[in-house]
Amino acid sequence: MRPSAVRLLNILVPVKRAVDYAVKIRVNPQQTGIDLNVKHSMNPFDEIAVEEAVRLRERMKDAVKSIKVVTIGPAKSAETLRTALAMGADGGIHVEIPESAPAPEPLGVAKTLRAIVEREKEKANVDIVILGKQAIDDDMGQTGQMLAGLLNWPQATYASKVVIDEANRVAHVTREIDGGAEEVKCKLPVIITTDLRLNEPRYASLPNIMKAKKKPIEKLSPSDLGVDLTPILETLKVTEPPKRVGGGKVENVDELITKLKEAGIEAVKS
Amino acid sequence: MRSIASSSVCRQEFTLNSLDTFTDEEQLLRESVQRFAAEVVGPKVREMDEKEKMDPEIIKGLFEQGLMGIETSADHGGAESSFTAAIIAIEELAKVDPSVSVMCDVHNTLVNTVLRKYGSKEQCDKWLPQLATEKLGSFCLSEPASGSDAFALQTRAKKEGNEWVVNGSKMWITNSAEAEIFLIFANIDPSKGYKGITCFIATKDMGIEIAKKEEKLGIRASSTCTLNFDDLRIPEENVIGGEGKGYKIAIEILNEGRIGIAAQMLGLAQGAFDKAVPYTYQRQQFGQPVGTFQGMAFQIAEAAVQLQSARLLTYNAARRKEEGKSFTQEAAMAKYLASVVAQKVSGSAIEWAGGVGFTRETGIEKYWRDSKIGAIYEGTSNIQLQTIAKFIQKQYS
Repeated sequence: MRPSAVRLLNILVPVKRAVDYAVKIRVNPQQTGIDLNVKHSMNPFDEIAVEEAVRLRERMKDAVKSIKVVTIGPAKSAETLRTALAMGADGGIHVEIPESAPAPEPLGVAKTLRAIVEREKEKANVDIVILGKQAIDDDMGQTGQMLAGLLNWPQATYASKVVIDEANRVAHVTREIDGGAEEVKCKLPVIITTDLRLNEPRYASLPNIMKAKKKPIEKLSPSDLGVDLTPILETLKVTEPPKRVGGGKVENVDELITKLKEAGIEAVKS
Repeated sequence: MRSIASSSVCRQEFTLNSLDTFTDEEQLLRESVQRFAAEVVGPKVREMDEKEKMDPEIIKGLFEQGLMGIETSADHGGAESSFTAAIIAIEELAKVDPSVSVMCDVHNTLVNTVLRKYGSKEQCDKWLPQLATEKLGSFCLSEPASGSDAFALQTRAKKEGNEWVVNGSKMWITNSAEAEIFLIFANIDPSKGYKGITCFIATKDMGIEIAKKEEKLGIRASSTCTLNFDDLRIPEENVIGGEGKGYKIAIEILNEGRIGIAAQMLGLAQGAFDKAVPYTYQRQQFGQPVGTFQGMAFQIAEAAVQLQSARLLTYNAARRKEEGKSFTQEAAMAKYLASVVAQKVSGSAIEWAGGVGFTRETGIEKYWRDSKIGAIYEGTSNIQLQTIAKFIQKQYS
């Protein structure tokens, strides 16, 4: 009996256009959110996700068949797709929402991504979805996990190392956890979310930027996918963290204990 | 062959766009070079300046990013992008380090372009890929006795069999310490005056002697050396564009190169501005940020106006060139103004930052030192003004 052909891998990388990491953010006067009239760029953890997909292809060569990127957002979000294409993705999907629409929430995003994964089944099954662990503007950190729940797929979050064994259709992921690192083995298809130490994303080189022009971007609307992105969360108030007040220096441990007691911090009773 | 797809002409043929309109690719390139410059070049700027040496890792990085064959066709290993894309890359690099910027500028707008425009198919097939992927180029025209009076050059080339034997010296040659490929202008027949000047392409291992490296006021990491040719033998197939065509090549190429230098000076000015102005909103004296005092605010605003003017002159000259329109006058104006603005804005930037601006640690004073060369190389300011004046005289008299 002939061995069954190893199925080639299709990778999906959702990316988000978020406030640029270098921007000094300001809370708006109404205290409903932050001033969004600032520089935006691809969420850094999503860049790491795109980079990891490209590196997987570089390591596994022909075993990776396609790397598709997807974003949900207004027209401007297409820039983020083009950056990902310039980094090495093959094609993009833009789920376009009106400029005035509220920002999609993690559950809405997860539902949209599920719809896309189901839709892609018609052409080629998605084997790996790599997402950033969180977006740096809302720091929700939920989308990957929710998507895994909706699809009923295994998840390996906060990845600092990813090795795919395509022959056995298994992913070996090292996860960053509070105590150190954890190694998990998941069957494909799998959801992976990226942590900071996974890789350092490349700069889009000019030849790749030029090649990216020819790569296709498919435009869809939420209704095409049967998804309702109406928000279910209501933001009550956004405020800046309290300003840091100066500390003081102490001479020795006894003085430290006195000061701590004065500040109302009690010793832990064993 | 310019890629039609990337040409702004095709995209915007029937619409009129403001002068600061860029294609998506050009925008992406700007962002990419910005990040590369900030993250890879930025940390090394001070050391390279103090040591007066270009870090080889940066040269390698520029090649890896595809920034050394910007207009070169993909067949030859280049990015097949537009002239404006090159201008953008030069500007963004200059915001961080004008020395790195000029290295990229000379390589792209002088060396690569000479080959693309005047090289035979064989020469392009041979040299462009090397220049796009690994070897730095240098443009050798000036000599101890000929700068502005370029065509009074003394370097001679004599035919012997199937070789040209070159003797003479070049001075003030950018990139020369790190370059492997050299475009050399020599006269094959002094009796014909400037019509004997011919452009040769040579490699270092043919016997080019890199002599004295200049110790400079600014762009110190950019190597500026004297070259000596002592019976340098160049194969006859290394003549670019035909015998006696050297002066034409030099004039035409320096026209384009002018826009590149304008972009370098523009980036320099912007870089100085971007470093100093945020500081003025943090530094407080007499109970308020110094940048909010009206006197300071007015100076900063004026500098911003000058920056915008230089920007528009530079990019408009670049677009005119892309569109095949005449651009000699515009290029001269852009280079001239950008060098003036660079001096002024970088000087102001030091003053805005006060004592801190005067120390080498913050890197603001470096821009001022680097800016001085703008009025001197690739056509002195007086030469630019002469070019512009000639156009006016022709038009008005």
